[in-house]
Amino acid sequence: MADGRAAAKRRINPRLWLSGGWLLILAVAALAAPLLAPQDPLAQDLFASRLPPMWQGGSEPGFPLGTDSLGRDVLSRVLYGARIALLVALVAGTCTCALGAVLGLIAGYYRGWADVVISRLIEIWMAFPPVLFAILLIAVMGTGLTSIIVAIVVIDWTRFARVIRAEAMTQGAMDYVASAKVAGRGRFGIMIREILPNVLPTIVVLLTLEMGIAVIVEAILSFVNLSISTDDPTWGSMIAEGRAAIHHSWWVLVVPLITLFLTVLSFSQLGEGLKDHFDPVLR
Amino acid sequence: MTLIRIILKRLLSMSITLIGVAVIVFFIIRIVPGNPIAMMLPPGAGEEDIARLKALYGFDKTLPEQFLIWVRGILGGDFGTSITSRQPVMSLVLGRLPATLELSIMALVMAVMIGGALALIGTRQRGGKAEALIDVTNGVSLSVPDFLWGLLFILLFGVLWPVFHISGRVSPALDLPFVTNFYLFESLLRLRFDIWLDLVSHMFMPALALAIPLAAIIAQLLKQSLKETMHLDYVTLARTKGYSENHVILREALPNAILPTLTLVGVQFTFLIGGTVIIERLFSYEGLGNMAIDAVINRDLPLIQGIVILFAVIFTTVNLLVDLTYALLNPRLRHG
Repeated sequence: MADGRAAAKRRINPRLWLSGGWLLILAVAALAAPLLAPQDPLAQDLFASRLPPMWQGGSEPGFPLGTDSLGRDVLSRVLYGARIALLVALVAGTCTCALGAVLGLIAGYYRGWADVVISRLIEIWMAFPPVLFAILLIAVMGTGLTSIIVAIVVIDWTRFARVIRAEAMTQGAMDYVASAKVAGRGRFGIMIREILPNVLPTIVVLLTLEMGIAVIVEAILSFVNLSISTDDPTWGSMIAEGRAAIHHSWWVLVVPLITLFLTVLSFSQLGEGLKDHFDPVLR
Repeated sequence: MTLIRIILKRLLSMSITLIGVAVIVFFIIRIVPGNPIAMMLPPGAGEEDIARLKALYGFDKTLPEQFLIWVRGILGGDFGTSITSRQPVMSLVLGRLPATLELSIMALVMAVMIGGALALIGTRQRGGKAEALIDVTNGVSLSVPDFLWGLLFILLFGVLWPVFHISGRVSPALDLPFVTNFYLFESLLRLRFDIWLDLVSHMFMPALALAIPLAAIIAQLLKQSLKETMHLDYVTLARTKGYSENHVILREALPNAILPTLTLVGVQFTFLIGGTVIIERLFSYEGLGNMAIDAVINRDLPLIQGIVILFAVIFTTVNLLVDLTYALLNPRLRHG
């Protein structure tokens, strides 16, 4: 056991560092967006529209990554977009995790009718196409940050519930739970004190993966113009503008796309790296 | 006997799930604050007109009454009338379904081909650089969702090196002599390869975007179970008999390693179909998903309901078929 732990520590994956590093840079950039952004992300300047990035001819000094068709600075918009993306990732990810993990624990450990109801709900939820479900919920609730977060929580709790339910079932059948029962612990106490700590690594991994999913969902919703508002600098709305203007100003699409790509990849690799990192310790 | 019992049990479970979906969809979209009737009327329409339209679409009844009428209609094959196009939802939805099915199936075929090839190459070259490369590619492909792959392909093959069409299902200039909406299938039957090629060059990028994450999953899982099978005694026996490595992998290991992958492909195929919603939007492909997003934006309640129910039917049917295939292929379940 001690050897396994030491080996796991020594083998900390480079992808943990790479992905964690990118997310840290992004978080700092998002927090410091007002200081870093060269322009107001909402300011339109029709005389400075479709300026190319600085390494191409015809660029202008104040706009290092070029401007879109309304003359808004691409770099500033990506920086401010990071604020929205990371906020959604953090809040929606955590809430989804809390709801899904609680339901999963209850279904997996208490079993009985609670399990029947929760499992049936999961099955019904799995029959909805998630993107359509999200768009439907936003249309019902109206656009805005809260709606997006609520939509993600409502749709994605099943990801946690399914896995945590299965884990809680396995853990519940183990000897240490039986001995805790013999020692006179109540069911709720066992769930919180014994089962929860043992499924915590799984929860952390799923939470990291969920944050990446939340970023994508927000981007998709703002791509179909249902996120916050058309003016707000979200990566998805920038991508939608870039998709429309792809033949004359490619940078409007490329800059937010690369940022989104790296962010989603990082969350996912961080989650996978954490899974590998926890695994030998668990065994 | 047991097989029939499994089927009946699944069918029962499937209908409970579908009823659940119907209830949820029906009530969610009736919380919509914007009144769909108000949106349909020209400004200056009188109270009478509003009442008449409400009665026409059944919005004047209580919610439980509306629900019962709707469910009774569905059971009789009537999904109501679309508010925006004033056509029966059933015919609108069925008109678009073939486009989405063709896209999904093409993506599935691509995923199986790419994923299967990677798994076989990875097994053949296990321990070498090729396997390490495949593992890294798999990791990235799994992490990045279809939406981003689609955007990337638009940039690469639509703009930088424009070899494929980036929007639509078929070039509008083409005259389509078809009687069904299964264009891809019918163009082959009618030997119209010009149209077939045009269709494929429209579908290639959206299908590939949908296929990549699934291909990565297939590659990973199949390679894993192939590797485990390669250590079994009967495979070693085949090797000592002098069969070539290719023969051992394809003929001896593959048939036994394929079952877990097959089950997973089924479940993942529903995720792929779910992905068509945004991918169709991205590529302006005229399928169900694209129509669904328009319906939501236009608050076309009957149409939204119809599309969501249809998707749920497709998802649960795919799952049912997967379970049945598994039961048929797995002797332990068949006789158990």
